[in-house]
Amino acid sequence: MQDLENILQTEDLCVYYGTKRVVTEVTLAIPRNRITAIIGPSGCGKSTLLRCFNRMNELIPTATTTGKVFFRGEDLYADDVDPAEIRFQIGMVFQRPNPFPKSIYENVAFGPKINGFKGNMDELVEASLHRAALWEEVKDRLHASALGLSGGQQQRLCIARTLAVEPQVILMDEPCSALDPIATLAIEEVMRELAEEYSIVIVTHNMQQAARVSDYTAFMMTEENSIGLLAEYGESRQIFTNPQDERTEAYITGRFG
Amino acid sequence: MLRGEFDRSLNDLQNGLMELGRMVERAIIKSMDALERRDLTASFEVVQEDEQIDQLRYKLEETSIDLIATQQPLASDLRNLVAVLQIAVELERMGDYAEGIGKIGLIIGEEPLLEPFEGMRQMGNYGVDMLKRSLGAWVERDLDAARQVWADDDRVDALYHGVCRDLFNRMAQEPQTIQRATHLLWAAHDLERIADRATNIAEKVEFLVSGASGQH
Repeated sequence: MQDLENILQTEDLCVYYGTKRVVTEVTLAIPRNRITAIIGPSGCGKSTLLRCFNRMNELIPTATTTGKVFFRGEDLYADDVDPAEIRFQIGMVFQRPNPFPKSIYENVAFGPKINGFKGNMDELVEASLHRAALWEEVKDRLHASALGLSGGQQQRLCIARTLAVEPQVILMDEPCSALDPIATLAIEEVMRELAEEYSIVIVTHNMQQAARVSDYTAFMMTEENSIGLLAEYGESRQIFTNPQDERTEAYITGRFG
Repeated sequence: MLRGEFDRSLNDLQNGLMELGRMVERAIIKSMDALERRDLTASFEVVQEDEQIDQLRYKLEETSIDLIATQQPLASDLRNLVAVLQIAVELERMGDYAEGIGKIGLIIGEEPLLEPFEGMRQMGNYGVDMLKRSLGAWVERDLDAARQVWADDDRVDALYHGVCRDLFNRMAQEPQTIQRATHLLWAAHDLERIADRATNIAEKVEFLVSGASGQH
């Protein structure tokens, strides 16, 4: 059944690397057209959880997953689901900008070409660069190497590359951790604009960023015998001003972690 | 700044707030005592000393803003600093009311005090008591104690209405007292506001403890 409110949902989701459980019984719903932040100390399973949303964990040989993940109400891990197809619909932006060593234009056009895009590629590239707030900065050098861009521009190019294949969800794994504050704010502004059309899930170590940019926040943590627990999930405004779980309070006020 | 140093800064800020509370408490007591005893020198001192209360308020605000800028506090730390900023204003305004009573003492000048003064004395005592208890509840994060403070505000309101009624009667019966009685009405109003401000401080305890910021 299609859930109109939530684009992604997990039920009792566990992830194991070999025999070690690194995400423990996570049940949460990612709302459509909102920005959801996942925060927590290093090693708490937040990036692993993020990678469950587009089946990236399957690329890690020892990783196994139990429980359920639903995308638009459908079982994301069903036998008839093609992970490669899913990764177009649920795109990902990584910690370090990773443009291909090709031109700016080719970076954006790469995904659509693979997908057999038949429309006007120039228009698609321009629209994608516009949405990533990069067009004005690169429109006169579309055929120059992407590697000549600044770090912040490269990251926005990676966002444009993700947008070019018209995803529904954008996963971001610490997208600003390699960027300076100005480039960070530029990415955050792009995120807020994209949230009108896309659902965004961001893993971040920067709590001020989560507080600034996200609508909802999930706090993950690790306890003595369990790694990757979801301790608290709610509206970001509430999580950052008045968390209900004392473990969240302790973490976001810097008392542990 | 490490967490330990941040905690020490928050602690210093709280101590500063308590010091501001004690200064305001002394100002209220001194202003009422001076008014009752017709001690113009003491009334004048209350007016003069209000500047020190203002200065400490600004210092506490500056420290709070520095900590917000440098620590980017969240959750209870954020609520704590926001509440400190608000309580500092409440206290400074209570100091202004004490200053106002001091000025009324000076305006009445050499004239004798209108009796009975008992209702106003009680209002002053209640106000000081509510101030002390609201700050005590703040330090202890004691929501029950805070609720007691805002329950007591009704008593001060009742006393205030009694004082007003008595002063109006006096004015009706003895028109020559109108000027002095009017001045005392102003002072009674200041006392009523002092209790209101103490109630506001008690509400900040609830905000700090539970995150609620409703009106009571």
